[in-house]
Formats: sequence, structure tokens, C-alpha cells
Amino acid sequence: MLNKKSPLVISLIAIALGLLLGVVIVLASGYNPVQLFSAILRGVFGINLEAGTGFNGRYFGEFILASMPIILTGLSVAFAYRTGLFNIGAEGQVMVGSMASVCVAILVPLPAGIHAVVAILAGALAGALWGFVPGFLKSRYNVHEVVVCIMMNYTGMYFANFVLKALPGSEQTRTATIPATASLDSGFLQNITNNSRLNWGIIFVILAVVIYWFILEKTAFGFSLRATGFNKEGARYAGLKVQRNVVSSMMIAGALAGLAGGIVALGTFNMGRVLLSFENIGFDGIAVALVGACNSVGILLSGLLFGMLKVAQPIMQIYGIPKQIGEIISSSIVLFVAMQFGIQYVLGKLAQKKIEKAEGGTPK
Amino acid sequence: MNLIFDMFPMALGIATPIIIAALGGLFSERCGIVNIALEGIMLVGAFFGSVICVLGEPIFGVLTPWIAILGGLVSGCLYSLIHAFASINLKADQTISGTALNLLAGGLTVYLCQLIFNAQRSPAFKESFVKIDVPLLSDIPIIGKLFFTNLYPTFYVALALVVATWFVVFKTKFGLHLRSCGEFPQASASMGIKVEKMRYIGVLISGALGGLAGAIMVLTLDIQFSTLAIHGVGFIAIACLIFGKWKPFGCLAAGIFFGFSQTLSKYSGSIPFLDKLPSEFFFAIPYVLTIIALIIFARKSVGPKASGEIYDSGKR
Repeated sequence: MLNKKSPLVISLIAIALGLLLGVVIVLASGYNPVQLFSAILRGVFGINLEAGTGFNGRYFGEFILASMPIILTGLSVAFAYRTGLFNIGAEGQVMVGSMASVCVAILVPLPAGIHAVVAILAGALAGALWGFVPGFLKSRYNVHEVVVCIMMNYTGMYFANFVLKALPGSEQTRTATIPATASLDSGFLQNITNNSRLNWGIIFVILAVVIYWFILEKTAFGFSLRATGFNKEGARYAGLKVQRNVVSSMMIAGALAGLAGGIVALGTFNMGRVLLSFENIGFDGIAVALVGACNSVGILLSGLLFGMLKVAQPIMQIYGIPKQIGEIISSSIVLFVAMQFGIQYVLGKLAQKKIEKAEGGTPK
Repeated sequence: MNLIFDMFPMALGIATPIIIAALGGLFSERCGIVNIALEGIMLVGAFFGSVICVLGEPIFGVLTPWIAILGGLVSGCLYSLIHAFASINLKADQTISGTALNLLAGGLTVYLCQLIFNAQRSPAFKESFVKIDVPLLSDIPIIGKLFFTNLYPTFYVALALVVATWFVVFKTKFGLHLRSCGEFPQASASMGIKVEKMRYIGVLISGALGGLAGAIMVLTLDIQFSTLAIHGVGFIAIACLIFGKWKPFGCLAAGIFFGFSQTLSKYSGSIPFLDKLPSEFFFAIPYVLTIIALIIFARKSVGPKASGEIYDSGKR
């Protein structure tokens, strides 16, 4: 139904429209739009044309670092989407994942190497549990997963805050620094990126992208998930376990988001943070998944795109452009993707009905 | 007892924006469009309300907050136009469009805030809403102290809107048409009802109420606009709508109840039994209860049947 135009074309159009809107807004508010792009260049590579400074590895490392969690939440949202589910709950799954990872890091003493892996897996497990609730309620009671996910987001935030504050050594806004054995810090990665915070979390991200691709494209289980997403009734008729698929899909999605929370806590910050509001890691995942057309390579690229907008934000602020322009661009890209789906749909309907062939390109 | 008298006005103050935004959600869902953009719409309403309050104060004097919430209403209505256009004309996924609008609101309002005030937050309000005692009615024993003392006048706006919504949605021909579009739009269309038009009206009213709720919230519960002005109340409003079974008086009751659960978090220290519980527990109550309510309602079809469905006139 939605495959009339190549998803790549749609995404590129949406990105172009989003950037165009950004330029228009910047122009309308009296700033120089060229600085928008030089901020991106400087944010990603550290290249500052005005000052004449060249490539700086730290900027590049921080750019990859910013992209890592949203690639994971992008995979999370996309995994559920391929099964016909909308995982708007990635935000909460990130938070409980982060919380569980920090708990294991602080409370369970383990040797270096194993400790970080176990802590990260605990985060994924907690995320999976948070994804299980909407998945189970959807399959058992046919409750819409979107509403449950939204409620789970806030429940997750308050629950995570409560647990984090209760950990030994915690202050009001943060936990104690995690032991070095559980940290994802990598001297090697720091060295090659001029002391950025880039860390071993990147291994988990690469693994997740590969596993995502492998499960969905290469296994019978993945085929059954995609069949469920494509046509639920058809899948049921074909003898696939639709209800089980819904639950397992939401759990895997939750695990991917929980993983994102884990690498942020153990890699980027080396502590658990008590958050008063969402950080939008999960919601950014929705943008990443949609622009990446729920395809593994696509998600990787769109994750980098949104990471790019993120790291450019502080530089924009330096140039005097309010950094929120980055958020405006990324959210309008999502809006345009949503609208493009609509245009595709109309195009498809028109072609299907074979009405007024010549005017099919200009749907209202 | 005195504690209850203290808590009641605070709970009703917190409940006011929840109730009004939930009514907004009601209009939208009843006509068949899911509006999870309420959070973003409220933020836009709060922002424009704040701007008018800060800049209009020398011009409008004591009337400022009232004009400010009117501005919030209009801005929310205009902002929801994007949601209406995307989900009705372009048949966009309503959840995606709503999410995009929520994200956009966060960026847009603070961006404009920086342009106008050169800061992430607005200056503090000078002319804001003042708490009032209703003459005569506040002298009634108990009830007077609970509902008519030390309250923001906006609570009565919420009450009036509840009654008005009930009347419009359930007692008029227009309301019947609106509801039919949320239950079985194809049947409505066959009766000559313009589904797209009804849905536009529903979403725009929803945006207006959401904007109003946002402006009221920031002008009663806050001293200035910041990106945290709404902090999830738009989603509580959706929870309130579900908990109130998509009915206006249900929204009123659920809204007051949720208002109480938040107030309790501030007073729990002075109440025996409750002082052992962390404040997070009270903040999480609305969300957990809504999940439970959803499970209970699941067997009976409580909500609008076609809500969230893309309208396809050819579908049977």
C-alpha cells in the first residue's frame, strides 16, 4: 500500500524540505543561513572556515557519540513498526534501561570486561520488560499500544528516578560515579578521536544494526514478524502466531531502547542521572526510524543525520542562531515524512482507481 | 480537615488545565482523530499566552491574563491546523503527525522565546491570575471552603466548558454528527455528513482548548514561560480522557482526581501512612491507573470506534 514511491526518495525529499524550512526560518529571523551549514560542518568535523582550523577528531568522536543512542532507539521504533506496532514508548524504555544498567554497575561487583557487558544486558532486559507491558496488553486485551506506551514512558521516568535516588551514594540529581569495571570508556577510542567521549558502546550499536538486519531479513521469525506487520489477518490465516509475534516484537524493541539507555549511562556519563523531563532520545528514535524507512542501513544513515543536527546545535548558538533551530529542522523532517506517506497513499489510491491518470501527480 | 481545605484549591488549580485539555482531546477523538499533539499544542498556547501576558501588561492592565489565555486559545487552534491538514487531507499517520508536532513545539517555542526575549525563558509575569473567594457562595459551610475559596477563576472556566462540551457533543445535532464521524465515518458520509469538514472542526476545537489549557496552566501554576511549562500535562490530559471514558463529566472527575494525586505528593509528608511513600509514587499514579483502566475498558467498547483510523471513503 505504501510502497508506490521509493522510500529513499521520500526521505530525501523530507530532509530537503526540512532543511529548506530551517533556512527560511533562519532568514526570516534575520540570521545568515550559511552559518547554519558551517555550524554543521564545524559540529561534525571541527572544521572552522572562518578561523581556518582544520579537522578535529574530538568533534567527529562526539558526533558519533551523539548518533549512537538515537540509532539504537531508531532500530527499536523500526523493529516494532515492521511488525505493525508503533513504539512511542522508547523514551521510557531508555530510562529504565539506563536505570537497570546503573544498578548493576553500582550494586553488583564483577571483574572488568564482564561487568560492563552484564550491566548493559541488564539495561536491555529492563527495556524489554518495559516493552512487554504494551505488547502483552495489545495481544491479550487489544489495548492500543500507543496509549499504553505513553503511560509507560512517564511511569518509567518516575520509577527510574525513584530507584536511582535510592542507590547508595546518590544525590538528588545523580548517582555516584560507576566503578571503572562497568564503564564503557575506551582509551583507544579516546586516543584516535583526540579525547572525545567516544566509547565501547559503539560495538553494541554496530552489533544491534547487524542483528536487526539479520533477524528481520534472514530468519523465519523475522519473516513472520514482517508478515504480521504487513497484514495481521493474513498472517493469522497463514497460521502464524500473531499474538506471540506482537509481544516478542515489542520486547525486542524495548531491549534495543534499553540498550540505548545503558550505553548513555555507562559510556557517555559514567553515572545515572535523575531527569526531570524527557531527553527525547526515544522520540528522536521515531524520527530516525521513519527517515531511515525502517531499513537497517537507512537507520544508520538517518541516525547520523540527526546526530549531525544535534552536535551542530551548540555551534549554532555560538553563531548567535538559537540552537532550537536544530529541533525545528528535525521535527519538521518527521512531519514531512508523515505527510509524504499521505501523498503516497493518495497517489496509490488514484493509480488504483485509474481516475484521471494525467492529474495523478497533484493530489490535494 | 484543615489539610483538606488547604489541598482542595491546589488540586483544583492543577486539575483546571488537565480538564480543559482533556475536553480538547474529547472533541478530537470523538470526531475520529487521535490528538497526541495536545502536549505540544499546550506548550504553544502557554508560550503565546506568556508573550501576551508579558508584553501586553502595560496596555491591558488587569485584563491582561484574560487576553493572554485568549491568545493561547487562538495560537493552539492555528497550530492544530497542521495536525488537521496532515491527518485529514494528507491521510498521515495521526500518531506520527502528533509526535512531530510535540517535538516541533519544543523547538519552536524556545526558538521564538530567544528571538523575543533573548533568553530561554520569558521574564516573570507581573499581571497574572489572582486567587479569588466567590462572594456569598464561599460562606456556605464546607462546600464553600472546598469549591469557592482561594481559587483561580479559571477553574470556573473549566466547569463552564465541561457543561458546554456535554451540551454540544451530546445534545445537539452537530454533536451527533461529530460523534458519528468518530464511530463509523463511512455511514456518516452516506447520510450526507461531510466527514472531512466535521473532523477539521473537531481538531480545531481540540487545538483551541489545548492552547487555552496551556496558557491557563502557565499563568496560574508558573511564574514565567520555560520549556518545562507543560511537563507532560498534555499526556495526563489524554490519560484523563480515557479514565473519564471519553465523556465530559468523566473528564471533570478524572481531572480532579489526577489533580489530587499530584497535590498529595506535596502534602504527603504531613499525612501519616503516606509520608513513607516517595513523591514519584504520586506523580506516577495517573499513568498507572490509566493503564489499568484501559484493561478494564478493553472488553467493553468505551472509546470512539474509528478514532485514529485514516478515513477512507471507499471502505465498507
